[in-house]
Amino acid sequence: MKRVLVFLLVCLAAPAAAQTGLPPAPYADRQLDDPQQEAAARDLMEELRCLKCQSQSIADSNAPMAGDMRSQVRERIAAGETPEEVRSWLIERYGNWVSYDPPISSAVTWPLWIAPIILLLAALWLARGRFRKYRGEQ
Amino acid sequence: MIAETGLIALWLAAALALLQFALGAIGLRMGRDDYYAAIRPVAVAQGLFVSLSFLLLIWLFLRSDMSVKLVVMNSASVKPLLYKFAGTWGNHEGSMLLWVTVMGLAGAFIALFERSLRTSTLVATLAAQAFISLGFYAFLLVSSNPFERMFPVPADGQGLNPLLQDPGLAFHPPTLYFGYVGLSVAFSFAVGAMITRDVGAAFAKAMRPWVLGAWIFLTLGITAGSYWAYYELGWGGWWFWDPVENASLMPWLAATALLHSVTVLATRDSLRAWTLMLAVVAFSMSMIGTFLVRSGILTSVHAFAVDPERGSFILALLALYIGGAMALFALRVGTVKEGKRFELVSREGALVANNLLLSVILALVFIGTLYPLLVEAVTGDKLSVGPPYFNLATGPLALLLVAVMAAGPLLRWRRDNAKALLNRISIPILLTAATLFVLVLFTTGMSILALLGLALAVGVAIASFAPLWKRNLRRTPLHIYGMVFAHFGIAVALVGMACESSFTEEKLVAAKPGDEIVVNNWRLQFEAIEPMAGPNWTALESRMTAQYGDGVIHEITPQNRMFAAAQTQTSEAALLTRWNGQLYVVLGEGDSEGRWQIRVWWKPFVTLIWFGGILVALGGFLAMIGRLQRGYKQRKQREYAEMML
Amino acid sequence: MNRWLLWLPLALFGLLFATFATGLILPKDNIIESKMVGKPMPDFALPAAIEQRPGLSSADLAKGKPTLLNIFASWCLPCIAEAPQLLALQQAGVEINAIASRDTPEDIANFLNRWGNPYARIGTDTTSKVQLELGSSGVPETFVIDGNGIIVHQHIGDIRQEDVDMLLKLLEDAE
Repeated sequence: MKRVLVFLLVCLAAPAAAQTGLPPAPYADRQLDDPQQEAAARDLMEELRCLKCQSQSIADSNAPMAGDMRSQVRERIAAGETPEEVRSWLIERYGNWVSYDPPISSAVTWPLWIAPIILLLAALWLARGRFRKYRGEQ
Repeated sequence: MIAETGLIALWLAAALALLQFALGAIGLRMGRDDYYAAIRPVAVAQGLFVSLSFLLLIWLFLRSDMSVKLVVMNSASVKPLLYKFAGTWGNHEGSMLLWVTVMGLAGAFIALFERSLRTSTLVATLAAQAFISLGFYAFLLVSSNPFERMFPVPADGQGLNPLLQDPGLAFHPPTLYFGYVGLSVAFSFAVGAMITRDVGAAFAKAMRPWVLGAWIFLTLGITAGSYWAYYELGWGGWWFWDPVENASLMPWLAATALLHSVTVLATRDSLRAWTLMLAVVAFSMSMIGTFLVRSGILTSVHAFAVDPERGSFILALLALYIGGAMALFALRVGTVKEGKRFELVSREGALVANNLLLSVILALVFIGTLYPLLVEAVTGDKLSVGPPYFNLATGPLALLLVAVMAAGPLLRWRRDNAKALLNRISIPILLTAATLFVLVLFTTGMSILALLGLALAVGVAIASFAPLWKRNLRRTPLHIYGMVFAHFGIAVALVGMACESSFTEEKLVAAKPGDEIVVNNWRLQFEAIEPMAGPNWTALESRMTAQYGDGVIHEITPQNRMFAAAQTQTSEAALLTRWNGQLYVVLGEGDSEGRWQIRVWWKPFVTLIWFGGILVALGGFLAMIGRLQRGYKQRKQREYAEMML
Repeated sequence: MNRWLLWLPLALFGLLFATFATGLILPKDNIIESKMVGKPMPDFALPAAIEQRPGLSSADLAKGKPTLLNIFASWCLPCIAEAPQLLALQQAGVEINAIASRDTPEDIANFLNRWGNPYARIGTDTTSKVQLELGSSGVPETFVIDGNGIIVHQHIGDIRQEDVDMLLKLLEDAE
C-alpha cells in the first residue's frame, strides 16, 4: 500500500522537548568486541519491539528507551546469557508483545505455526482432485 | 471558481457512473441492444469528467490556492514545484480522487478499445466497473470533498510531510494506484463474466493485459517503496514485514498468481473457477490494504493520517464489493465448468503449483499480519508477529516456488515426463549444487535459508534463459522474452536478498572530525561537520571521504535534516554504489565531547534486490507489448478473413 | 466441486469482516502493561538521585507496609500534571518512593523544588535498567506494592484527581 503519505515516526521525529537530555546507556550504540556476540545481539535486537514506537525493532529505533534496551541486550549477551534467555527475560516483563517471534508453545500463538502445514495440505487436497480425475477419465 | 468547477465535474462524473451502471443493469435484464450501444459513450464521458476534476485539483495545488482546505493542509507556497504537484495525491482526498480518476479512464479505455469480448459480458463488466466507482464517488462527495474551501484564508499552508519530499516517493503512490485500478478492472471482468456465465479463453484474453499492467505497476511500486524505505529511513533495512508493507505485498502476490492462472485459462481454457476466485481475491487485497492503512487498526511504522471514520466507509465498500462478488461466485461458479484437464507433470501442473504456493504464501502473510488484531479482539492479549515468523513460514515456500519457476517454462502443455524435464534442467541443477558446495566450504554464519536461496538463485538465473535455448531468437515472440526477463529478475533479486542478509558488515562508532573508520575494504575519513540550509530545511551536514581499497576517493555528506514547517527531523543517509555493493553511512546524534554517532554499513550486492525488481517489471512490460501486438495482429487477420468471406 | 466449498470464501470473508469491524469499534490503545503485576519486586539497588533523600533498593519496598513506587522524570510533562495528586497521597499518609528516569541531579532538584517533593526515597535510574526490570514502558508510571514487596497494581500515565481514591483503596486492600 502507499506505505507512505503522512509519516509520523514517533521515534524518528519526536519533539525534542519531551526527550531526556542524558546520553544513551553505555552499549546502546557501541558494538561488543566479540564479533560473534555482537552478531547474536544484533539478531536479537532486530526481533525485539521498541516499547515507545509504532512498529519498529529496537535495532532501528532512535528512542532513548530503545537505546537502553539495546544496551541491556548487549550487556547480558556479553555476560554470557543466550539470546533466548534475554528474550524470555523481556517477555516475562512485557509479554509476547515485546518479541516479534511469536512462541510456538504459547496457547494463543501456536495456530500461527501450524498454519503453513494446514494451508499446504489444503492446497494439495484442492489440486489432487483435479489430477486424479483426469487419470480416471482416460 | 476552479474549485467549484472541479466539484461540479466530480458530481457530473458520479452521475454518469450511475447512468452507466443503470444502463448496464437494465440492459442486461431486458436484453436491450440500444442500452448496450449507449453504455460506451457514457463510460467515455465519465472518464473525461473525472479527469477534468482531477486536473483542476492539480491546478489548485500548483497555484498554491490557499482558499482550498486540502491545499492548506498539504502544501505550502515555499516548496519545490514537483512536491506541489505530488502534494495533490499525497493526502487522503487527493489520492481517492486519483484512484477514481484512473478507474474512470480505465473504463473509458475498455469502452473504446475492447472488441473481442461478447457484448453482454462487456456491458456487465462496464456496469460492474461503474458500480465500484460509485462507491468511491460517494466516499469523496459525502465525506472527503477535496475541493472544500477554507475561511478565513490562511497566509500559508502547513506543508507536505518532509519524509514525502522525495522524488521517488512523489510517484510511489500513483504507481500503486495504477496497480490497484488494474486489479479492479480484472475484478470487473470477473464479475461481468460470472453474471453472463461467459468464462473462457476470450474472457481471459480480454482480462490479461489489465492483470499484466496492474502487476507491472505493483512490481514497480513495491520495488520503489522498498528502496525508498531503505535509504530514507536510515535503518539500512529494505523490508521490515511491517503491516503497511505487507498490505502492499499481498495484492502483488495475488496478482502474480492471477497472471499465471489467466495464462492457463487463455491458452488451455482450464482453471476457470480458480481464475475467477483469484481475480476477486486480488482486488480484495487492494481494498483490504487500503483499509488497513487508512483505518489505522494496525500499528505501523509507516503510519498514515489515519481516521477510523474513513476506515468504516472503506470497510462498508469492501463488504459490498467483495462480499457481493463472493456470493456471486458461490451462486454462479457451480454452473461454470472447470475446463480442460491435464496431467501432474505438465506446464499446467507447474502453473498450478505456482498458484498454490503463491496462494499459501499470500494466506500466511495475511494471517501473520492480521493475527494480532484477531487475538486482541478475542482475548485482549497483545502480541507481535514480525520478521522471524514471516521469514520462517514463507521463506521455504518461496524457495520451492522459485524452483518451480525454473522448471515450469521447460515443460510441455498437457503432458510431459519427469525424466525429460530433468534432462533439460540438468545444468542449472549442477550449478546449484556446485554453488551450495562452495558456499558451505568457504563461508561461515550464513542462515540455511540464505544459503539455499543463493545457491538456488544461481541455478535459476541460468535456467530462466533455457526457454530461449535452440530457438530462433528473432522469431521468438516478445512475451517469451518477457517471461525470461521476469524470471531472471526474480533470481537476481534473490541473490541480492541472500547476500544482503548474509554478508552485510555493520560498524557503529562515536567519531570526532579527523577520525578514520574502516569497514570491509572501505576507509572513511570523517572530515568535518557543519550546519547548512536548504529551501525549507536546515541541517547538520558531515563531510567525509570514502575510499574502496586503493580506488577513487569519494566525498559523501550524510545529514541530519530539520524541517521547519513540520517540526520533523529526518536522517539523510549517504550512499555510495559500487558494482559489488553499497556503502551506507548515517549521521547520528552528537555528544558533549564533540563525538558524533556514525553508523556505517557495507552491503554487498544489495542493489541487486531492486535491480531484480526492475528487471521483473521490464519483463512484464515486454510481455505486455508482445501480447498487445499479437492480439492486434490476430484481430486484423480475423477481420481480413471475415472480409474475404 | 462441492457446493459447500464454493461458499467457503464468503464465509471466510465474513469472519474477516467481523474482525475488522471489532478492530474499528474497540478503543485503540498502545499501552503495554507490565506482566510483573502479582509478582515480587525484582532485586535492585539504585543510588540516591538528590542529596536530600536516600537511594532506593528493593528491600526498602518490603517493610510490612504497602507503598507506592512512582517513576518520574524532570523532562516529562505529565509528571508535572500528577505532582499535586502525589502530594495529596503523601498528605493522606502514603509512603511514596520514586525512581527518577534518565535524569540529572540538578534537573531533579529543580523539578522537586518547583512542583513539590512527596517522595521518601528517590533512586536514580540513568539507563532505564530498573524500569526494564519492572516491565515499565515509560514515565510517569506508578506501582502499588504490598508490605511483602509484591507488585499489586500498575498505573500507566499521570495520576488524575479521580485516580487518587482508587489508589488509596488499593493500598488499603494491600494491608
